[in-house]
Amino acid sequence: MNRRDAIGRVALLMGGTIIGAEFFLSGCKTTSNKVEDLFGTEDVSFFNEVGDVIIPETNTPGAKATNVGGFMAIMVRDCYKPEDQKIFLTAKNNIDKAAQKQFDKDFLACDMKQRTAVLNTLDTEQKEYNKHKDKKAPNHYFRMVKELTLLGYFTSKPGCTQALRYVAIPGKFEGDVPYKKGDRAWATR
Amino acid sequence: MLKDTVNINGKAKADYTYDAIVIGSGISGGWAAKELTEKGLKTIMLERGRNYEHLKDYKTATKDPWEFEHRGSITQAQAKQHPIIARNWGAQEQIIDKWANDVDSPYTEVKPFNWWRAYQLGGRSQLWGRQSYRWSDHDFEANAKDGWAIDWPIRYADLAPWYDYVEKFAGISGSRDGLEQLPDGHYLPPMQMNVVEKDVARRIKEKYKGSRHMIIGRTANLTQAIPGRTACQFRNRCWEGCPFGGYFSTQSSTLPAAVATGNLTVRPFSIVTKIIYDKNTQKATGVEVLDAETNQTYEYHAKIVFVNASALNSAWVLMNSATDVWQGGLGSSSGELGHNVMDHHYNLGASGMINGFEDKYVYGRRANGIYIPRFTNLFGDKRDYLRGFGYQGSANREDWSRDVAEMQFGAGYKEALVEPGQWSIGITGFGELLPYHENKISLDKSKKDKWGLPVLAMDAELKENEQKMRVDIISEAKAMLESSGVKNVKTWNNGHHVGDGIHEMGTARMGRDPKTSVLNGHNQVWDAKNVFVTDGASMTSSACQNPSLTYMALTARAADYAVKELKKGNI
Repeated sequence: MNRRDAIGRVALLMGGTIIGAEFFLSGCKTTSNKVEDLFGTEDVSFFNEVGDVIIPETNTPGAKATNVGGFMAIMVRDCYKPEDQKIFLTAKNNIDKAAQKQFDKDFLACDMKQRTAVLNTLDTEQKEYNKHKDKKAPNHYFRMVKELTLLGYFTSKPGCTQALRYVAIPGKFEGDVPYKKGDRAWATR
Repeated sequence: MLKDTVNINGKAKADYTYDAIVIGSGISGGWAAKELTEKGLKTIMLERGRNYEHLKDYKTATKDPWEFEHRGSITQAQAKQHPIIARNWGAQEQIIDKWANDVDSPYTEVKPFNWWRAYQLGGRSQLWGRQSYRWSDHDFEANAKDGWAIDWPIRYADLAPWYDYVEKFAGISGSRDGLEQLPDGHYLPPMQMNVVEKDVARRIKEKYKGSRHMIIGRTANLTQAIPGRTACQFRNRCWEGCPFGGYFSTQSSTLPAAVATGNLTVRPFSIVTKIIYDKNTQKATGVEVLDAETNQTYEYHAKIVFVNASALNSAWVLMNSATDVWQGGLGSSSGELGHNVMDHHYNLGASGMINGFEDKYVYGRRANGIYIPRFTNLFGDKRDYLRGFGYQGSANREDWSRDVAEMQFGAGYKEALVEPGQWSIGITGFGELLPYHENKISLDKSKKDKWGLPVLAMDAELKENEQKMRVDIISEAKAMLESSGVKNVKTWNNGHHVGDGIHEMGTARMGRDPKTSVLNGHNQVWDAKNVFVTDGASMTSSACQNPSLTYMALTARAADYAVKELKKGNI
């Protein structure tokens, strides 16, 4: 994305910019070398399961197949501001708490239908929170999870080449080509 | 490719002596090197940053999106090295290393100032937006007509043949639209507008009865191959460096031409700390260079010095030169060196949604957009401010990052997101910033950079004329889109810190009188006739068109003049 695209896409994700991907003006701590320092493998697989509820496997791979949990760990470790890292690290507990409240069990113990219900509750909550959120107020952990799932999935190889369409070297530009419902969107522009 | 990346030790003085020195290797420095070497001058081009080789150093240019570990975001560690760039959209994983390290090269913000610097061979020619517009006499006559600041010493007729000359070599694609305020040039075939842009353009033309125009951007991307360079492949990743040489940069265009003459030497890691001035001859004899790697100091000598370090750094070099004669540095006798800082103010515009065209899409990624040339204070139009603005923008179908109403996630959500969304269109204004004497940069000797050199202090802001214009930019954008059938038009104005337009200008302006200008009509420093400044520093006003093409034309013109004067024995 260059200046023109940045201008064209004032809002990058769901009405805002990607959390942590802007204004890194605060002091930064040295990054750790291993994903595990921030996320254990258990956490990575937990977020893979959460991601797969958001973007499930259909006739194309789902988020888990792209290891979206591993992507989240990298992004949170390297790109998130310390205060956003702290918020993200509450996500797993909060999701489990919500599952406990609704179904008396941890998120991973829930079936797909129950998982969807739990995350629906949280997504409604984050949407409501963001509607009234002051720019400087803390970000919502579930919004982070959702954003990273979408970003990680749609920029992954299966996301770009199977869910969407990707051409590395178009060779030409045509501004008026037919489109019919069901045709996939371009992965990049 | 680079003949001499420094082998200094034990060489005789002759090895430090050239016919010409070019300070800087960006758009204007590259042109200076090309023109001077092609005219037979042994030339050394001094670049303060690292070497950066065409193709070989474009390390990310052929990676697929998923090969970027952070999918385009920069890390906190990178942000720490680039706190200025990290304020804005330029902070992206692909090109973050092409921006100067803000920690090594700090500056003082008396008023907020965003300075986008690229310290490597090619400078910002690697990263630029490539929009290439001619200025017209409406621009060159503006100061005189408004009685504002000083008159330009040149007119469009002086520059027109040089616009032709640089357009032919650089390769500019565009349409010929017959607009007086945006003269047509020598163009490769235009890129296409997409179907929605065409529709909006038609509606604007109808609604405003031919007094306003939406045209395809004129861009330094090749829509046809030219000798030595392949045509644009519509990847829209120019700023990572083009493996095809599809857009104009020093590396793809002027540098190979200069190297081919056998007359060019390039010296990276060469921070020019001052121009050496001889009081007796009233000319420069060369420059002093601080090696950015070794911290050693060297002198290079030449008959001509071209200063192309970018507007603010060119002024910095002059301020540090000949201070024994003029306290404020070479070119300061007018009292204007470092003053009249200009930029184009933007970060505002409007966007909205378009119904229909659901059966239409695009193929390819166009590294270009649409352009709406200036229409205010022209041809009888009168506003409550001076000058005007243009808009840049584009129409697109929304992608997966849109919100999907009523759906939160799951299979249906996914299936909706993998299809393109509604068409949207956005336009952003680029406004002229008047030259104000009090908008200035100066040396801050209390703060030093990594090399112990004094830094610049930035003291510039938008004033009443620009603020009034910004109100108009937004209301006209909204009105034009709404009258073209665009729905849910939203406007934005994020404010503008000077420098953010990446079009810094004016710090060593051209003029007709040495008492009020730093340079004459041939970009010669009044106080040292063999020193030429041909980058943004030389601008007398800013117009509202992207300025790089004008720097190219001014540079080629000045180089031609310099060599003629040299041959006549005048300098």
